[in-house]
Amino acid sequence: MSERLHVKIAGVDFKNPLIAASGTFGFGREFAEFYPLKTFGGISCKGLTLKERAGNPPPRIAETPSGILNSVGLQNPGVEHFIREDLPWIRQQGPVIIANIAGSTVDDYCQMAQRLSQTEVDLIELNISCPNVKKGGAAFGISCESVEKITKAVRAFCKKPLIVKLSPNVSNIADIAAAAESGGADAISLINTLTGMRIDLKTRRPILHNNTGGLSGPAVFPIAVRMVFEAASRVKVPVIGLGGITSWQDVVEMFLAGASAVQIGTILFHDPYAPVKILEGLEQYLSKNGISNISELTGKVQPW
Amino acid sequence: MKYDVWNGTVIRKEALTQDIFDFTVKAPTLASVVKPGQFANILVPNKLLRRPISICSVQNGFLRFVFQIRGEGTELLSHFQVGDTLDFLAPLGNGFPVEDPQKKAIFVGGGIGVPPLLGLAQKYGRNGTAALGFRSKEAVILEKDFAAAGSTVKIATDNGSFGQHGFAADFLEETSFDICYACGPKPMLKAVSKLCKQMNKQCWISLEERMACGIGACLGCAVELKRSNGESYYGHVCKDGPVFSSEEVVL
Repeated sequence: MSERLHVKIAGVDFKNPLIAASGTFGFGREFAEFYPLKTFGGISCKGLTLKERAGNPPPRIAETPSGILNSVGLQNPGVEHFIREDLPWIRQQGPVIIANIAGSTVDDYCQMAQRLSQTEVDLIELNISCPNVKKGGAAFGISCESVEKITKAVRAFCKKPLIVKLSPNVSNIADIAAAAESGGADAISLINTLTGMRIDLKTRRPILHNNTGGLSGPAVFPIAVRMVFEAASRVKVPVIGLGGITSWQDVVEMFLAGASAVQIGTILFHDPYAPVKILEGLEQYLSKNGISNISELTGKVQPW
Repeated sequence: MKYDVWNGTVIRKEALTQDIFDFTVKAPTLASVVKPGQFANILVPNKLLRRPISICSVQNGFLRFVFQIRGEGTELLSHFQVGDTLDFLAPLGNGFPVEDPQKKAIFVGGGIGVPPLLGLAQKYGRNGTAALGFRSKEAVILEKDFAAAGSTVKIATDNGSFGQHGFAADFLEETSFDICYACGPKPMLKAVSKLCKQMNKQCWISLEERMACGIGACLGCAVELKRSNGESYYGHVCKDGPVFSSEEVVL
């Protein structure tokens, strides 16, 4: 892999700009059967909570045109279990480690940020955008005041670079991005899933037991591009773009819209080898176009 | 062997009923390692998610998939023709444990839950009894295949149009067996689990759930399980199953 793909986000070096998106990748063990985890520049681990969480009752998954709805509900073994059982193993695999944290109170987030700051994780991603939990989660991410407040509070306890992951279920994403930045975020990532719903005609019940869920996959890609563009146009901190990326062309598009790195998730369920193919495609594209580093593409869209 | 993405040519395709298809797919490396009860996550055109389909049996370098059209994905899968290539992730799941094929086993299958039991029947040979339930005479599948594997075959239909009038689970009490394996609709699995508990027999059941990754990363295919202390939690059909001890599942 050449230097063309190297990126730096919030002072952290990524060998390439491809990051596994939180919630689609567990802690990486299952995908390590296909290729070395260091294929990815970084991995954002499954969202962690202070205590173990059981998650939502099934069904948790529904396919939609060009997308999927999920309502896993942050099932995870808890932050201490992660630090003890998963982190040492992931550390050995080589990619940059991003710990994604979620909570039901500001204090939960602060405690986790403090605890994870004492470990070997490289960055912390504040998940204030999970649509599938009853308390907290996305509720912190939908107003500028609460985004700034929680970012500021966590910032005080967080000794690692802090990414704030934004919800698309808001009226003005640029304002929200600016609120995260003024609260002290070192980077922002977007978009988390869009809230959606499907109903079974036979039973007249929603397909998901949680009734609603988060929509991801190619269906949301144009929305993600628009929101990355709007957010990146407003803030100075780096933007990590995600939402429905399936190909190297999508990655280039995200960069043009303003991204400095990207995350991929849902496509992994379709083709677990997608990251390998995306990286090959990017490498060829950059080389063919004489681009010495992918960062040169960031924000280079020329709006009408 | 761990799972991977494979490509296999469809070399035979047959319609067993109006909506049940039987594919034979070339996969020599896989065929030598697949265990009864494991499954594949198969890519279908124009769909984001693969479709989890049980492996019916393996023979001489070939895998057999017998599946029913249940929605858009399986409908698209049924359009594959002989000569087409299937892209699938396999082998997935833990399969049915076979500790001792000298023991007497009963395979209780309902409808499209019947195919994953065939591989087991081939292991148990003459020590197996296949208790199979279908909606009607037209829906009966794989009867000859279980007989060819050596099983004593008992068939029940909901409307009495073929075999005994009733359910597959009805055969449990009249059959002498040491271990039970079951796959089919939830009410059937519930009845089988209850009967086996009363008869103090070991019982393994295979489950299905809406699934995404198929390998245990996305946590989509949750199933409520219970620990020995009675506490319940969510496990996952793809990685922890699809086969579970009937004692451990909250049905």
